[in-house]
Amino acid sequence: MASPFVVLGKSVIYTVSGFSTLYCTLKFIGGFGRCEDVSMEPTIQHGDLVWISPISVNFQRLQKGDVVFCKSPKSPKAIICKRLIGMEGDTVFNDEKGYEEYVDNGQIWLEGDNKDYSIDSRSYGPLPYGLIVSKVALRLWPLSRFGFIEPGKQPANLNEQPAKLNEL
Amino acid sequence: MVAVKLILKRLLKGLVIAGPPYIAFTDLFYVVRTVDGISMQPTLNPDGDNIDFVLLNRWSTTDIERGDIISLISPKDPTTWLIKRVVALEGDQVKADSCFEEICDVPKGHCWVEGDNRKCSMDSNNFGPVSLGLVTAKATHVIWPPSRWGTLDKKEVTGDRVTLREQVQRGKVFFGWEQ
Repeated sequence: MASPFVVLGKSVIYTVSGFSTLYCTLKFIGGFGRCEDVSMEPTIQHGDLVWISPISVNFQRLQKGDVVFCKSPKSPKAIICKRLIGMEGDTVFNDEKGYEEYVDNGQIWLEGDNKDYSIDSRSYGPLPYGLIVSKVALRLWPLSRFGFIEPGKQPANLNEQPAKLNEL
Repeated sequence: MVAVKLILKRLLKGLVIAGPPYIAFTDLFYVVRTVDGISMQPTLNPDGDNIDFVLLNRWSTTDIERGDIISLISPKDPTTWLIKRVVALEGDQVKADSCFEEICDVPKGHCWVEGDNRKCSMDSNNFGPVSLGLVTAKATHVIWPPSRWGTLDKKEVTGDRVTLREQVQRGKVFFGWEQ
């Protein structure tokens, strides 16, 4: 018969450990997210439940065309949901301001699918990679639109990075 | 053989139980990290040997004031952390310490960070104001070496280079710092 203090101590340790495991899983591997935004319609509509996977951000597995959750550059608590258009080394034509912009090292270019109702890199320029929170992998709810998020079409305003001179 | 197996099993069990709380604690509350480089001389690494350890406070990243020392994800390279001092907050005007001395408005939700050692520092004078979303922690204490053990004090960076938000002369029609 174990002493009640040992039982209490063990249960406290196991509870703390369990909650920490839950936190680490949700923070670093994958979890649920809800999109409260119209800027990604029709791919993700207002109030959709999605499966997010931060693990692909931490291991730098993002590709152009992925949909990501990103911290808003103007208020660090707000989260925006956009499509990754360009990565470092690309040149993107900014069709809101009317000139081409270069995406520097460690930066990304985000745009919403719903061009008319989206405030994105076209108005505040390229964003640092460190602001990305997670990749959006699956659309869970509503069930009628359950499935993987389609990678976007090759955007017309993107110039892939040119071949480096020393590789020629 | 049996004893070794028992010890290994205990060790593995301890790792499984203690690992996630450790990661969660360093992610939410406090973490101790080394300081690389000489960009914060003379406050950190005054002799140029990379031995300083600082305690980073990870839950008070929302109330950042001028003069605080913060750590942030580098805007140029997402895998590295920088440690710098906050010079100006949103709405302030800063005269950049580069060859052009252009005057920069710090936009909404951004801050201007600089190293104490201005000659060898990669900071906002190179990459411009940084978003507050990149700030990961506030540095509060020096843990190692013991001779300099203590708190890291706020150092108000006054001077004619920074114009505070209340004193900036703006036009009659002003829509905020939404640039």
